[in-house]
Amino acid sequence: MAIDAATVRKVARLARIAEPEDKLEALAKELTGIMTWIEQLGEVDTDGVEPMTSAVAVTLPMREDVVTDGGDPAKVLSNAPKTVDGFFVVPKVVE
Amino acid sequence: MSALTSLTLKAALDGLADKSFSSEELTKAHVDVVAAAKPLNAYILETPEKAIEMAKASDARRAKGEAGALDGAPLGIKDLFCTEGVRSTACSNILGNFVPTYESTVTANLWRDGAVMLGKLNLDEFAMGSSNETSAFGPVVNPWRSEGSNAKLTPGGSSGGSAAAVAADLCLGATATDTGGSIRQPAAFTGTVGIKPTYGRCSRWGVVAFASSLDQAGPIAKTVEDAAILLKSMSGHDPKDSTSLDIETPDYPSFVGKSVKGLRVGIPKEYRVDGMPPEIEKLWEQGIAWLKEAGCEIVEVSLPHTKYALPAYYIVAPAEASSNLARYDGMRFGLRENGGNLTETYENTRAAGFGAEVKRRILIGTYVLSAGYYDAYYVKALKVRRRIADDFDQAFQKVDALLTPTAPSAAFGLGENADDPVAMYLNDIFTVTVNLAGLPGMSIPAGVDANGLPLGLQLIGKALDEGTLFSLGGAIEKAADFKTKPAKWW
Repeated sequence: MAIDAATVRKVARLARIAEPEDKLEALAKELTGIMTWIEQLGEVDTDGVEPMTSAVAVTLPMREDVVTDGGDPAKVLSNAPKTVDGFFVVPKVVE
Repeated sequence: MSALTSLTLKAALDGLADKSFSSEELTKAHVDVVAAAKPLNAYILETPEKAIEMAKASDARRAKGEAGALDGAPLGIKDLFCTEGVRSTACSNILGNFVPTYESTVTANLWRDGAVMLGKLNLDEFAMGSSNETSAFGPVVNPWRSEGSNAKLTPGGSSGGSAAAVAADLCLGATATDTGGSIRQPAAFTGTVGIKPTYGRCSRWGVVAFASSLDQAGPIAKTVEDAAILLKSMSGHDPKDSTSLDIETPDYPSFVGKSVKGLRVGIPKEYRVDGMPPEIEKLWEQGIAWLKEAGCEIVEVSLPHTKYALPAYYIVAPAEASSNLARYDGMRFGLRENGGNLTETYENTRAAGFGAEVKRRILIGTYVLSAGYYDAYYVKALKVRRRIADDFDQAFQKVDALLTPTAPSAAFGLGENADDPVAMYLNDIFTVTVNLAGLPGMSIPAGVDANGLPLGLQLIGKALDEGTLFSLGGAIEKAADFKTKPAKWW
């Protein structure tokens, strides 16, 4: 399956990674190479096979719905690029 | 004090126990060799003060008769494990100077048992790579060199720093992680022992996530017994990881040295791949002969979907990675590169913070999960994954373990595979099946190639049967008598 520059632009946008226009062609070629190699999966007969989503066949454990952690905003904010008065500061979202 | 750094973990623990030396002496010896090993680029952060402080505390515990299973043993920590108050980067610029306010469960288990931290070890960025060349800190250099050559070789990846540090005696053992072969391939490239346990043995809590259904922690060590000692400490149930198995951890060291007589070992015929170097084929035959001599029964088995494991992995792992790495948005931690609006800030942050290989995998993952392709790629890969796991189930009806080569070559030159992603991915051809099926796999150094570079053999076990791997690994180790160390040039 050939991936073109327009598809790379769209996927990069979905992934929120800025890719300059002049790099799209090269990336498209690279991704096409990888996806072409992956195409061989089509040879495998998977009719009636259940998708395997987990390596261990266990049901996820439940726990009491109680607070087990928290109450330490200084720790939560300690690595933030920008904070004010115990809040994260982010770029303006709503005009 | 090179004598102290050349000890195995077991010998060092014995020496500490009979008071031949203190942890402070042992740790100081390691701190000194680490400081002098900069050309290897194995440690990206050294913590000598912390190490000496932990060593002194260990000596005090021992004096009171309260020593734990690893008390006083200096270890290296792959920088994918979050360490409280100590910078943890996953070797990515996007984490920058991230200083965790919490400790990963695996490292907390090691400290609970008294281990000493020497520092943080280099890896491929977010553990994505097979040569350590994708690290934001530059590649690790393998302490091994080809005979008569000064060319820099890769230690493998992603746990290249861990493997190089153990091989060069820069720690008594190291933590590592394995998503597609990242413990076993570097172990094979550096003449060390590495084991990836069954998925769920080691908690993933506090380990920077790459592909959550595949990621598992494990040790890289100097001997099979050392690996058993380390894995025993690292393992155990953790309520903070919902996939952590709530079962007892066996006494792994007690399996080392046990007779392997009567064990049935399978040889999967599909692992004889085209273009495999004759030396690797020969080593595999040698391994079969050793196990026969030790009393094992050798059985040919078939894992028919083997060749589809890598392409399936390169859908599953990038898909999970693209989701896991969505958290790096420049808002709550790590790098932020401002743009004209919020979306631009996200895009600039991620463009500046991620390296080329990580971006490539996020793009593949986003693509295979995007509308219109989800069933054709992602669901298809999950079905192939089931086929691969079923192959193992079938084989393990007939045998107790499998023996294969660990990697399709010895260590290669830095830069050699850098231009061809698929060629690089093929490094994991023998290891990746194990991650997809969630099984334990171990690499044991078994010989050297014509250039004097180490080669490894891989043992694959049934789920939860690491014990048998330690017994078989011990038998191979004894028969191979692999004692060669890299000549010190750094």
